[in-house]
Amino acid sequence: MYAYIIRRLWQMIPTLLGVVLLVFILFNFVGGDPAYVLAGKISSAEQIENIRRQLGVDQPYYVQLWIFIKQVVTGDFGASWSTNEPVSQIILTRLGPSLMILIPWLIISTLIAIGLALAVAYVRGSLTDRAVMIVCTVGLSISILVYIIVFQYFFAYKLGWFPVQGWGNGFWENLVVYSSLPIIILLVVSIAPELRLYRTFVLDEVNQDYVRTARAKGVSENRIMWVHVLRNASIPIITNVMATLPGLLIGAFLIESFFSIPGIGREVLLAVNRSDFPVIKAITIYVAVATMVFNLLADLTYKAVDPRVQLK
Amino acid sequence: MPYDVPHTVSPGLWVLAWRRLRTDRVAMISMAIVFAFLVMMVLSASGLIAKDWGVESGVNYAPPSFLGEDLEQPKAAKDTAPARSSAADAPTPLDIKDPLADALAEIRGQSGKSAGSATSGADSDIVDPLADVMAEIRAKGTTATAVAARAATLPFGGDKWGRDVLKKTIKGSETSIFVGLAGALVATFLGTVFGAVAGYYGKWTDDLFNWFYSVFTSMPSLLLILAVAAVLQQKGILTIILILGLTGWTGVFRLIRSEYLKHKGREYVQAADAIGASNARRMFVHIFPNVSHVVLVQLSILTVAFIKFEVILSFLGLGVPVDVVSWGSMLNEAQNELILGKWWQLAAAGTAMALLVTAFSLFTDSLRDALDPKLK
Repeated sequence: MYAYIIRRLWQMIPTLLGVVLLVFILFNFVGGDPAYVLAGKISSAEQIENIRRQLGVDQPYYVQLWIFIKQVVTGDFGASWSTNEPVSQIILTRLGPSLMILIPWLIISTLIAIGLALAVAYVRGSLTDRAVMIVCTVGLSISILVYIIVFQYFFAYKLGWFPVQGWGNGFWENLVVYSSLPIIILLVVSIAPELRLYRTFVLDEVNQDYVRTARAKGVSENRIMWVHVLRNASIPIITNVMATLPGLLIGAFLIESFFSIPGIGREVLLAVNRSDFPVIKAITIYVAVATMVFNLLADLTYKAVDPRVQLK
Repeated sequence: MPYDVPHTVSPGLWVLAWRRLRTDRVAMISMAIVFAFLVMMVLSASGLIAKDWGVESGVNYAPPSFLGEDLEQPKAAKDTAPARSSAADAPTPLDIKDPLADALAEIRGQSGKSAGSATSGADSDIVDPLADVMAEIRAKGTTATAVAARAATLPFGGDKWGRDVLKKTIKGSETSIFVGLAGALVATFLGTVFGAVAGYYGKWTDDLFNWFYSVFTSMPSLLLILAVAAVLQQKGILTIILILGLTGWTGVFRLIRSEYLKHKGREYVQAADAIGASNARRMFVHIFPNVSHVVLVQLSILTVAFIKFEVILSFLGLGVPVDVVSWGSMLNEAQNELILGKWWQLAAAGTAMALLVTAFSLFTDSLRDALDPKLK
């Protein structure tokens, strides 16, 4: 077990190196000289030379790469180009609001999707099943932008049930007042694809022999679905939830921008619009690390839920 | 006669798939819808329809014809539009079309007149090579400035400047569908070639591509797309196609690689080796047709995903340039219009996209079932 974890952590190093290299190439070569981006449109040759020296862009490439690797290892990405705030500070303060939206949403949406998936898979092939699947397909096809625009207009602007946008200071105020509508919109958007996916996971299980055995020995239908089938179907579901988790931090960027929630996703978008390279670089690296760690966690949970799984 | 067995050629994969697809009613309907959108895109790109989408043919925020004229222009009350919709159900379609037809005829007449006079003027002068162009420009100018001739309503409403939302939606489909298709083609091509090389050669080649794969998948594709969009200052349709293509190949790669791993040891590949086929020939002439159904399904899935991505990127202003209309940029304008109660541009762009994506997704599902009945 520990040997496995250590080996997996060890294997992350080449991947992380690849991410670092990719980000380095992207921000130093593909986009042209970063000094010009920072200096803006009106700048003299002398100013640009100064900025180049400050950023270390005048150094040979291997030195620049070394500086960047040192930044990644120490976690010190310097200061934002637009606000001069330390990048680590920015990320830490933005993480809270993001998680306040993401955690309740993830819990509610997973529970609803699992419940619906079990129910729909139980009546598979029926009119209800097909109707739900059609609603899911159509719901999936509407752009998330349309959902946000319409819900924000209707429930916040027109009916006034929720604030149109904003973020407060108190924990409960944020959770109850400001997070509700964003979470509702995310639920509407996310349940359709999750339900479709989880339904196929459940369908893989309902025809297995153990279900027939359970039924033969007189186990109630409820117990078969909620205990026997769910336990087996939860393996791919957990893997799926864990694997998508880090991506959600970025995935919520639209909702965070529309509702002015100071989260990670909105920060990425702001940084992209302001060409604030240090912030984008840092968030990219951190999210990559988080993805790798969560993939490992997913595999470990896999083992915990299903003892038959051998970790190689 | 025992040996006189009739010689029948057993139908191939594609013929069988097509037969299965034809019996699937949902597949045929969705295919027709997707095909209609593609035809619309081609017609719009070739300038046959919606060429004059930029012409301000209606009044500002002209409501859709079925709602009737907006009497309180320009200070429109929010609640008038929904209230009228019930009353507007009564008139026959013929009545609805009339005001627009008159206005259009008027505009056409005017532009025709001015164009005619300009050309005749040019004829009497020394032959000016640009006379035709000038006439055209003048005609355009007349149409655009003829405020009086602007239609009070448009079939699906007008935007802030009175441009026809229907034409904008058609023009927008050109951008959105083309970007989605082209991006998916680039991504599928990269994924297929990488997957084929990695799966076929194995060893260090496989390790190298797997490393690439793990690097690209450890970042959420959206973050990667935003990062690339941040770095590439120069916006354009080609840029966004490249961004989508370069970031989207990983899913195809994983599937194609495992297919090639499976196929490379099969007897037909050994037979190809025995008759002296080169590696490239074995990979792309012998094995590829056997995995092409996977490629096709992936292409279809990616197209849907990329159309959605394009809409979001253009909405954020990170996609196509501002002077190119796309469903994303329409949604961006519609966001502010909705507060004023002008919901039609949102409805047009949103519905067009939802219709296409629904049809495309249903078609993809059917295609997958038809090509790989084992999966069902």
